[in-house]
Amino acid sequence: MTITDPSAFGSQPSGEDDPSVRLPLVEGASEDFSTVTDAVAGIAEIPVERTNRAWIICFAISVSLLGMLGMLILHLITTGVGVWGNNNPAYWGWPIVNFVFWVGIGHAGTLISAILFLTRQNWRTGVNRAAEAMTIFAVVCAGMFPGIHIGRVWVAYWLFPLPNQMAMWPNFRSPLLWDVFAVSTYASVSLLFWYMGMVPDLATFRDRAVNNTRRIAYGIFSLGWTGSSRHWHVYERAYLLLAALATPLVLSVHSVVSFDFAVSQLPGWHTTIFPPYFVAGAIFSGFAMVLTLMIPARQFFGLKHIITMRHIDVMCRILMATGLMVGYAYSIEFFIAWYGGVQYESFAFVNRAFGNYWWAYWIMVSCNVLIPQVFWSKKLRANLWVVMVVSITTNIGMWFERFVIAVTSLTRDFVPSSWGYFSPTWVDITMFIGSFGLFFTLFLLFLRFLPVVAIAEVKTVMPQAHAHGEDHGESHSAGGSAAAPASRHDA
Amino acid sequence: MSDQKKNDEIHGVVAYFDDVDSVMSAARKVRDAGYKKWDTYTPFPVHGIDEAMGTKPTILPWIVLGMGLTGMACGLLLQWYTNAYDYVFLISGKPNWSLPANIPVTFEVVILFSAYTAFFAMLGLNKLPHLSNPLHKLPKFRRVTADRFAICVEAKDPNFDADRVRAILGANTSEMEDCPVDTSRAALPLWFHAVMALVTCATFIPLSLAVKGRFATSEKPRYHVWPDMDFQRKRKTQTGWEGFEDGRSMRLPVEGTIPRGELRDDFELYFGVAQGSSVPPRATYEAGSMGGEKFEWLQSFPTAVVVDEALLERGRERYGIYCGVCHGAQGNGLGAVALRAKAIDAEQWGWVSPKALQSDSAKAYTNGELFHIASHGISSMKGYGSQITPKDRWAIVAFVRAIQASQALPKAPADLPAGVDFEPVPTIKDVRLSEASVDAPASGTEPAGEAR
Ligand code: HEC
Repeated sequence: MTITDPSAFGSQPSGEDDPSVRLPLVEGASEDFSTVTDAVAGIAEIPVERTNRAWIICFAISVSLLGMLGMLILHLITTGVGVWGNNNPAYWGWPIVNFVFWVGIGHAGTLISAILFLTRQNWRTGVNRAAEAMTIFAVVCAGMFPGIHIGRVWVAYWLFPLPNQMAMWPNFRSPLLWDVFAVSTYASVSLLFWYMGMVPDLATFRDRAVNNTRRIAYGIFSLGWTGSSRHWHVYERAYLLLAALATPLVLSVHSVVSFDFAVSQLPGWHTTIFPPYFVAGAIFSGFAMVLTLMIPARQFFGLKHIITMRHIDVMCRILMATGLMVGYAYSIEFFIAWYGGVQYESFAFVNRAFGNYWWAYWIMVSCNVLIPQVFWSKKLRANLWVVMVVSITTNIGMWFERFVIAVTSLTRDFVPSSWGYFSPTWVDITMFIGSFGLFFTLFLLFLRFLPVVAIAEVKTVMPQAHAHGEDHGESHSAGGSAAAPASRHDA
Repeated sequence: MSDQKKNDEIHGVVAYFDDVDSVMSAARKVRDAGYKKWDTYTPFPVHGIDEAMGTKPTILPWIVLGMGLTGMACGLLLQWYTNAYDYVFLISGKPNWSLPANIPVTFEVVILFSAYTAFFAMLGLNKLPHLSNPLHKLPKFRRVTADRFAICVEAKDPNFDADRVRAILGANTSEMEDCPVDTSRAALPLWFHAVMALVTCATFIPLSLAVKGRFATSEKPRYHVWPDMDFQRKRKTQTGWEGFEDGRSMRLPVEGTIPRGELRDDFELYFGVAQGSSVPPRATYEAGSMGGEKFEWLQSFPTAVVVDEALLERGRERYGIYCGVCHGAQGNGLGAVALRAKAIDAEQWGWVSPKALQSDSAKAYTNGELFHIASHGISSMKGYGSQITPKDRWAIVAFVRAIQASQALPKAPADLPAGVDFEPVPTIKDVRLSEASVDAPASGTEPAGEAR
């Protein structure tokens, strides 16, 4: 059974193979500015009583999980971090694994928005908004784990360089402090980036509002945006700058996260390949999450013409490419462990693959390196069920990657007397599940009430968006004949 | 005349367009007509409109650059101030201030400053938020954020003339209207003011509590958020507890236990007295120095210590570390500490100069007594027993004997062989203040290595 829509490709059978003729970014012969606006704004305008069933069920589940997470956090804080499985020698157990897992997922959003924006990959317009939202919610989930891991959460402000009665300052030579700066900068800059991109679309919502609540709510958050071209001029410059700033930021964040490990001396952690390897892994898992989220969303909310099969195809290819990068990193780690000739390092890696946690290692390798290879086939890239399955296994594999790195090294360090075996407690497991509740609650609210697609940006890549007359004779719409000029249609 | 009057009542003339081409050509016409206070409104950024409108490039990038550099300075300054200046602490021997370790945080702060600046400067340059724009009152204008384009020439423009503007815009427009000046001043409801006033007052509460906590003193004990950390169910060292018979929380070692390495059964080696005799207390000059004949002081060296060149060499080294700073490398009492004390005239505060070890009184000590002084000190001199192992103390004794026989004699010894020149070495009393200067305390008077 497949839910692939053959007509998605059927309308332009030749465009797929000929690289000089690209498929249109927005599909359908009669799409124009008003239909795009209607499609996106329509989702947020559905009256409460006619909310999509699937949405309600998903939301109910997510909110219950979120409630469970809240109780668990309360349990943790009142009892102490001993409720987790973290104990000598594995003081970094699931919480750090979950932290790195979520931060990694939070990388695709800004990557799609910033790097693809700078490299003028126009196809990003359909998916960037949702991916940015995903980034922010994933970073929220990520930030939660170290936040509660510190044990005495009421002194969490000690993380920051604030003057205090102890006359002490944090240690700026510690990668853990760099992490505080990197992750909090990333979270707030991503939030700005996301919000700023949303301002014009919120103005669209405001202007379409049918009741006062909506007008006031969207009115406040759209800051009085009018669509003035002088404003657009400054706005586009600011957006470009934010993209240019966010690009190195994305790369720095996961590099710094990897320093948490690489700067220490533990065998298996102390390697220079970590920063690029972590960044590739983050992009890999982030794209997998975007696919996992966008495929059902476009299905339920009728956005198939905006988030097209071309988007999915491109993301599958990225998934496969980054999967190969990650696989390359795995093999290079082994090579260096052997080539470096340090007995502890070589033991660490042999132990990873064949030691106590061999099962975790091989789940990781098969999910991250082997399974994504199915995307060499164009047919499988077009089969949404396959794409869904692969994107989910990728995320499973990436969780196990962090588990393997954190736990195998900690439980097998230099001295056999400090070896151990880590097992999670029920709190570890339920808390991780609860973090999905947090993530999906936020994401479902976003889907329901905010512009899911960057409406204004999608319009700029439509053929009608470009002037044809006078001195602007050049056409920007190579494959755009399908979307016939409909500009006079409401005159 | 009538037009002039009308200009006061309208905010501007708004023309609507249905596609990019017509709004672009209309924009060019308005630009060429020399208007300044006008704008084009579009649902998305239209490619080429800046040129059509004659918009000048924004200064935003320069503002961002400036704030980015400020961020860099702040990031570096923060790290320098906190870790290299205000609260210096050593982390695994790493330098307190080195650029590589400070790059990640500096980088993040640069991005933080620039990104916030890009956003807020964009709002500032666009004068946003601006919620009371009269254009928002026009129902037709609402489609401009969806699928329509508009141009508004404002009445504020010095060249504004409604009819002329209408004529210019008329050619391409699909619709045109006047935007009235917004005279309605929608008052906020009373409850809103009340709530805002309350909220504003409430925001001062945490601040004032913090100020009170900072400056007021209190009799009450500190508030414990989670008391289980502060009050643990255990007894601390050196406290009482009625649970044990002796009322102490700590247990004493089992009777007769000797801590590892503390068995002192060789009296000669450990106390410098004959085996089985009584152990002398710390010596003072007031109490008759070493206690006279009361103790059976060792005359030579303990049997456990072999006196050879290696022992003397070890003694020279240990003496240089522990004794030479005061007594001088040659034992003449001219160590760096003694000279410094002389330079600052420390005697006025009760400083006692180290004695020369070649004096007759020092020579008169038995080996056991010298060992006892090295271990427990004498009068103002403290003992070094806790720092130097017994064997090393004996090595020092051997070395002191060696320098007493060979170095820095105050007057020519009676058995001086003929033909050997004798030059008395100055004692602390002979040292003039200028020589004992702070900069060169030991140079000249104390050449290192001469002690051999
Ligand atoms: C901090 C400086 C200082 C150091 C270090 C020091 N001494 Fe002394 N020593 C003195 C002073 C001062 C006196 C004289 C005490 C007094 O007059 O109250 C003294 C007295 C003595 C005497 C007695 C001399 C006499 O004529 O009665 C001997 C012997 C002696 N020291 C040996 C040593 C030995 C051996 C060491 C190394 C283990 C040593 N001292 C380290 C300051 C020092």
